[in-house]
Amino acid sequence: MTPSKKQLHWMYETMVTSRRFEETIEKIYLEGKQPVFNMASGPIPGEMHLSNGQEPVAVGVCAHLEDHDIVTATHRPHHEAIAKGVDLKRMTAEIFGRATGLSGGRGGHMHLFDAKVNFACAGIIAQGMGPAVGAALSRKMQGKPGVAVAFIGEGAANQGAFHEAMNLAALWKLPFICVIEDNSWGISVAKKDATSVPRNDVRGAAYGVPGVYVGGNDPWKIFEAAGTAVARARAGDGPTLIEVETFRLAGHFMGDAEGYRPKGEKEALFARDPIPAMRKRLLADGTADEAQLKDMEARAEARVAEAIDFARSSPAPAPEDALTEIFA
Amino acid sequence: MTQSNERKLTIARAMAEAIAQEMRTDPGVFVMGEDIAALGGVFGNTRGLLDEFGHDRVRDTPISETSFIGAAVGAAQDGMRPVVELMFADFFGVCFDAIYNLMAKNTFFSGGTFKVPMVLMTSTGGGYSDAGQHSQCLYGTFAHLPGMKVVTPSNSYDAKGMMTAAIRDDSPVVYMFHKSLQGMGWLGTEQGASVHTPEEDYTVEFGKAKVVREGRDVTIVSLAMGVHHALKAAAELEKAGVSAEVVDLRTLVPLDRDTIRASVAKTGRLIVVDEDYHSFGVSGEVIASVVEHDISVLKAAPQRVTSPDAPIPYAREMEAFFLPSPAKIVEAWGRMKAA
Repeated sequence: MTPSKKQLHWMYETMVTSRRFEETIEKIYLEGKQPVFNMASGPIPGEMHLSNGQEPVAVGVCAHLEDHDIVTATHRPHHEAIAKGVDLKRMTAEIFGRATGLSGGRGGHMHLFDAKVNFACAGIIAQGMGPAVGAALSRKMQGKPGVAVAFIGEGAANQGAFHEAMNLAALWKLPFICVIEDNSWGISVAKKDATSVPRNDVRGAAYGVPGVYVGGNDPWKIFEAAGTAVARARAGDGPTLIEVETFRLAGHFMGDAEGYRPKGEKEALFARDPIPAMRKRLLADGTADEAQLKDMEARAEARVAEAIDFARSSPAPAPEDALTEIFA
Repeated sequence: MTQSNERKLTIARAMAEAIAQEMRTDPGVFVMGEDIAALGGVFGNTRGLLDEFGHDRVRDTPISETSFIGAAVGAAQDGMRPVVELMFADFFGVCFDAIYNLMAKNTFFSGGTFKVPMVLMTSTGGGYSDAGQHSQCLYGTFAHLPGMKVVTPSNSYDAKGMMTAAIRDDSPVVYMFHKSLQGMGWLGTEQGASVHTPEEDYTVEFGKAKVVREGRDVTIVSLAMGVHHALKAAAELEKAGVSAEVVDLRTLVPLDRDTIRASVAKTGRLIVVDEDYHSFGVSGEVIASVVEHDISVLKAAPQRVTSPDAPIPYAREMEAFFLPSPAKIVEAWGRMKAA
């Protein structure tokens, strides 16, 4: 299964949108936090987990998804939210804690919810597993179309919720896909120091589901693996476990000194940045010419700028609205 | 007033120093948790331990709280003294069975033949827009369930002495440290939390509240971050000619009801400041301690300054509205006086 030209153009433009978004958020996040870095200060307070480098996973999977398909993401959710089609303006406003945000400033960057495209994320490791499996169950019971994808990090594959949800999804043969984004670090702890097997795809065998490993942080290969899994789920053949080798070009969160990384690792990762690599390949194989790529990049810039403007110009929430929307 | 021999430490350093001192004298003490080795803890409270004691006794764990907290119970029952970290109190949901059904109950279930001498340290508190899964205090949740001691230091002296006491205690101790008191610059820092902290080891006895400011007109009872809010409010009230006494609970289990009662018997008025949720928690328990003992000492209905019964919001304006503050304590006095 190879992506069409149209899909590749979407994948590239979405990756660039996500990257420009993260780069812009990174700059704005530091406003008001220098020279003294205090997480509570500036236009965007709280923790900030950037997804730079992990864009191929988001686009390779979401290229196969429709609005009615379900995605649950992690504390590092922006690339998946953008690829799933979450309203970028309202998402940005939420990250800024504005009244126009997806949840009116109640949730912030780790709690982005967009019902229109069936997207949710959460701040605690492996939390998306159960809800994604439950959504898949709901579609199956109701005979409604849709597959559910839980994106998790490699660290989450050591949580009880991961194993319990995989078993349940396999037992009930649900239209579910678990995509492990292996960026090789759980904050400061390396995968090899936290996980008993080198690769998590082998854990699929424990639940009798296909386990697939995708190396290279390669959008084409991720697209192919995800396509097979989505087709299998849509056909009613049950779940798939996919682990993707990827990497984060930023710290765990903004402010992370990354002292745990071996010397030279960061430089080596930047040399493998998937966005310039994809650009080069699209040009080389004639899938896109320079002018088309520039158009896509300009559109990405413009979308991000529009979203940031929307957020910045949006009003703050009424403080007392913190006590609304607690019950349905 | 600076003593010439003053040795101010942050709570983070005080905790690490206490753990290190106990590790030097007791080979059964070891540390487990996420990012506690090379990183020295996300909140700095295990910094330096890996260098001195190595990976065998300072163990980074997978993100597997059910297993490593359950494992700490087993190791403790087998004679060791594990100190484990649950990075945020909010994460208790993934591993509470190991905490309240095993750690807290096995001493009882075994008729005292099994001991569970472990420390579960965990961070609490908001104030920096980390939203509803990274800002909770959950004091009442932990203190409600029998079988575990629960301590909540507000300064580095108590932090060190309580950590030493917790490690030496033969019962499980939940050691709840507030992020805004840790002395980590990136979280903002309450300066009043870093106080003189002796280098030699010492313990702070559990179940002893402390009158941290004497007063005549009103008693403000609080814990952890709330103590600093209370002291600031007391300074404000003093300008208005009101003499406020501030009681730092220091430990929730056991709760020093006598000190609360004695103070309220003196002042006749009670304000409880608790960053945890309003209902079914510490604030209600403190008030009950007074009224079920002797309601006649009260000259006015007690007031509570707490977080409302709602998830903690992200947006800065909402969070400021939500959390206790010195100004809200002064307002509570105003309501009490008007009543």
